[in-house]
Amino acid sequence: MTSTEATEPLSRARRRPVEPLLPEGEARASANVCQAAGCLSMQSDLVFEALRERVVAAGLGDVAVRRVGCLGLCAAGPLVEVPERGRLFDHVHADDQAAMDALVATLAGGEPGGRETSKEPFFSHQVKVVLERCGRVDPERVEDYLATGGYQALTQAVATMSPEEVITEVARSGLRGRGGAGYPTGLKWATVAKATSAEGKYVVCNADEGDPGAFMDRSVLESCPQQVLEGMAIAGYAVGAHNAYVYVRAEYPLAVKRLNSAIRQAEREGLLGSRVAGTDFEFHVEVRIGAGAFVCGEETALLASIQGERGTPRPRPPYPASRGLWGRPTLINNVETFANVPAIVQRGGDWYSSIGSAKSKGTKVFALAGAVVNTGLIEVPMGLTLRQIVFDIGGGLAGGKNFKAVQTGGPSGGCLPEALLDMPIDYESLAQAGSHMGSGGMIVMDEATCMVDVAKFFMDFCREESCGKCVPCRAGTVQVHRLLEKITRGRGTREDLALLEDLAGMMRSMSLCGLGQGAPNPVFSTLRYFRDEYLAHVDDHVCPAGACEMDGGDR
Amino acid sequence: MSDEVRTLVIDGRDVAGASGQSILSVARENDIEIPTLCHLEGLSPVGSCRLCMVEVEGTSRLVASCVTAVEEGMRVTTRSSRLLAYRRRVVELLFTERNHVCSVCVADNHCELQELARSLGATHFELAPLHPVAEVDATHERFVLDHNRCVLCGRCVRACDEIEGAHTWDIRGRGTTARLVADLGVPWGESTTCTSCGKCVQVCPTGALYEKGRSVAEAKRRRPYVPFLVARGQA
Amino acid sequence: MTNPAKARVATIWLDGCSGCHMSLLDMDERLLELAQRAEIVYGCLVDAKEFPDNVDVTLVEGAVSSEEDLRKARVVRARTRVLVSLGDCAVTANVPGMRNPFGPGPVLERAYLENATLNAQVPTGAVPALLPEVLPVHAYVPVDVFVPGCPPSADLIFSVVMDLVEGRQPAVEGVARFG
Ligand SMILES: Cc1cc2nc3c(=O)[nH]c(=O)nc-3n(C[C@H](O)[C@H](O)[C@H](O)COP(=O)(O)O)c2cc1C
Ligand code: SF4
Ligand code: SF4
Ligand code: SF4
Ligand code: FES
Repeated sequence: MTSTEATEPLSRARRRPVEPLLPEGEARASANVCQAAGCLSMQSDLVFEALRERVVAAGLGDVAVRRVGCLGLCAAGPLVEVPERGRLFDHVHADDQAAMDALVATLAGGEPGGRETSKEPFFSHQVKVVLERCGRVDPERVEDYLATGGYQALTQAVATMSPEEVITEVARSGLRGRGGAGYPTGLKWATVAKATSAEGKYVVCNADEGDPGAFMDRSVLESCPQQVLEGMAIAGYAVGAHNAYVYVRAEYPLAVKRLNSAIRQAEREGLLGSRVAGTDFEFHVEVRIGAGAFVCGEETALLASIQGERGTPRPRPPYPASRGLWGRPTLINNVETFANVPAIVQRGGDWYSSIGSAKSKGTKVFALAGAVVNTGLIEVPMGLTLRQIVFDIGGGLAGGKNFKAVQTGGPSGGCLPEALLDMPIDYESLAQAGSHMGSGGMIVMDEATCMVDVAKFFMDFCREESCGKCVPCRAGTVQVHRLLEKITRGRGTREDLALLEDLAGMMRSMSLCGLGQGAPNPVFSTLRYFRDEYLAHVDDHVCPAGACEMDGGDR
Repeated sequence: MSDEVRTLVIDGRDVAGASGQSILSVARENDIEIPTLCHLEGLSPVGSCRLCMVEVEGTSRLVASCVTAVEEGMRVTTRSSRLLAYRRRVVELLFTERNHVCSVCVADNHCELQELARSLGATHFELAPLHPVAEVDATHERFVLDHNRCVLCGRCVRACDEIEGAHTWDIRGRGTTARLVADLGVPWGESTTCTSCGKCVQVCPTGALYEKGRSVAEAKRRRPYVPFLVARGQA
Repeated sequence: MTNPAKARVATIWLDGCSGCHMSLLDMDERLLELAQRAEIVYGCLVDAKEFPDNVDVTLVEGAVSSEEDLRKARVVRARTRVLVSLGDCAVTANVPGMRNPFGPGPVLERAYLENATLNAQVPTGAVPALLPEVLPVHAYVPVDVFVPGCPPSADLIFSVVMDLVEGRQPAVEGVARFG
């Protein structure tokens, strides 16, 4: 999704001419029309208006027509769900009378149309904690959030729990940071809580989400911003911070808009601001917009950027937990990490830790993309296998092609081959296999993909996004990319291959931040599982997948 | 920084430093040489060149000795074949990133990068040179900035900011296209903040900043002047 | 080999300024010492037209700038046991490589058109074509020993050559430097 695609529907959405249709009392059936960026870019705002008109015209007085956030099957949008009847309508367009008729019939209690969600593994295999309210609430109405139990966790925490109790609960849940590294969240909170500062502390939400193809955090913010704010406020209470920032990349204007509106509404409800839920706890949240540099997602670069400085990482320690924003103790967590918190506080750490695998608890949201039938946003319990995700939820490969690899972890992740399809998805297994969880990008590749080319793609990304501060990453990414370019053109030699591995190893050990340290991972993982493809390029000057253009020549 | 004593082992030798002191500083006090480039005593450490990386027992990660404080009982190795190979690669990356032609460079024979290559035993480079088009800014009445030789160590930036207090210099752009800039990207001669004090020229490790009128191998730095410069900054 | 006691040594000059050869001559009377151990079978100072076979050590001065340089480098490599890149031009492309950011076109135009007072034209045919990039020797053929310096000192050249003819690994690392 490019930013122009996102801003155009946004400008239309800004008009907000039509109110949702909400019946008095309980709705017999509701039409939830997705208004997250993906569907909006396919004019789901017009679908909403058209459907509302049709429902009014049909005189269905006990039916609701809502704007909601992401319904998951993004590539099949615009999407409309009728949850009471368990039906999902895809590719719905405002002028598609047949679809409108089917929707109205379904809402009216007639023969239900669309897809039966309980029969499709894409839906039935998912477990929703983070995305619990995505597609159910109107992201711009705090009332919807409150009606689904929103802010009960915060109210409960500030009124009945001590900060230590909150931290204990989060620690007990086993929640680990969803921004990539998987650091235990409870431990981080405890560290910030212990840090003392006469000048206060900060909570920061990392919504920079720069991995190519990743849109998990974006969807959460566009679909249910209140849940993230609630998580942040609980964190603020637990660690003793009264001020917070959400750092969102500028490419997410809709998320920024909905966050700002959510903050205002929560303040109006007395759930954020100077007296949270009527207590003495004070918590102010501001949105900061980043200029869309991938490296600004790295926590120290992000903090520098909030301070108005050049967004470059600095060596750690000191960690932000002891010296963060303006030198003060700062808790920084990812969007999804915070979004897990209200449920943990409300239902208890033990409940949360009952989901998932031994060391990786809870669920993980993935942006499933690439060569599968069902692409979109999914939330699954940790420990599901890659096969279940790719073949059950993803519906297998599109166009009857053969599976080749799945890439997780973005530019610092790795490519996993068919032999690892039965591997459970959790932090440890992924790391052991030479990839990592990352923030949740998952790209499925078919046989037409060249793995050397994939490595080159990610190195190109890192080369462009390197901040330029430290030498191994700044110049190393360029040199590794050049070698990969040479190899994909069929001009590489065995010496180049050796040089590639050597240089990549140096970058991993010598770079200052995770960008440079992780940049060689796609190279290493493709070398590990697909070395024969490298060798075919080098020795035989052929690309087995037929993806690379060879130009041969001598040198 | 408190002054509690920390005892540790560097390259098999028992040494002592103060809490908060860097590994690099303790090593140098004990005549253990660790190569550095971005570091300059008296300027804030940034840990960006990565030449000073050392091994610490008990962790597989290398640490930058200029920004890592000594700890009680630490066991540090500053020389190993792996470190040597990595440091050579860093030097190689720097040489091949811009256009370094020592034989015709103002800094020939006075250059820290050139000397690093020699002392680390770099006799040739395996990586292809990138040979970018890089500018020479000779708009200042007394000094020249030659981007062909700049290694982006940031020493000039910090000297100008932390000692002179002018903050004329900064770095713009990302990755290997990053460049040193005066003010918000004006030619040096048009900078309204530069006081022409020449501190940046004195701290530059390479031939990137030099006094006008210097020819090949003439950009000798008045290095004894540098500690005096930076000591004032610390006071 | 014609004289089994003596190593067959050659030198060759690609794109360089001849300074490395000058430095070689700067070893003065030690040339005699060298002559006892080695026979110079090819080089600017030897009257031989064809690069001979079976050379033990060849010192290459200069970068590879033209098609002719490249041809020579390949011939020399094929006929030499130990190939030495001598001096910065051979090792890094050095001064000849300063045209790389611009490419050969502007360089030829500057030399033969802009600065020509008479008969301005870019030569074709009679002189070897320039390669798009000036590169060090090892970019094209394997090199065994690198001796940086512009030029390397006579002492260093002497010790490297003596080491090689006497079958030792020459000590260059930590001694030689660029420039
Ligand atoms: C190059 C780089 C980019 C990163 N980008 C993000 C990002 O977009 N979002 C994020 O939450 N964390 C990102 N991180 C991880 C953060 O530095 C940090 O670990 C995280 O925000 C901590 O939150 P968590 O503990 O909840 O995961 C990035 C790290 C690196 C090295
Ligand atoms: S690893 Fe890359 S992104 Fe990180 S500090 Fe170094 S240059 Fe910047
Ligand atoms: S700056 Fe140093 S390394 Fe670069 S050309 Fe000049 S002398 Fe050589
Ligand atoms: S000009 Fe000199 S001091 Fe400044 S960044 Fe470049 S190399 Fe470093
Ligand atoms: S001297 Fe330590 S990183 Fe440069």
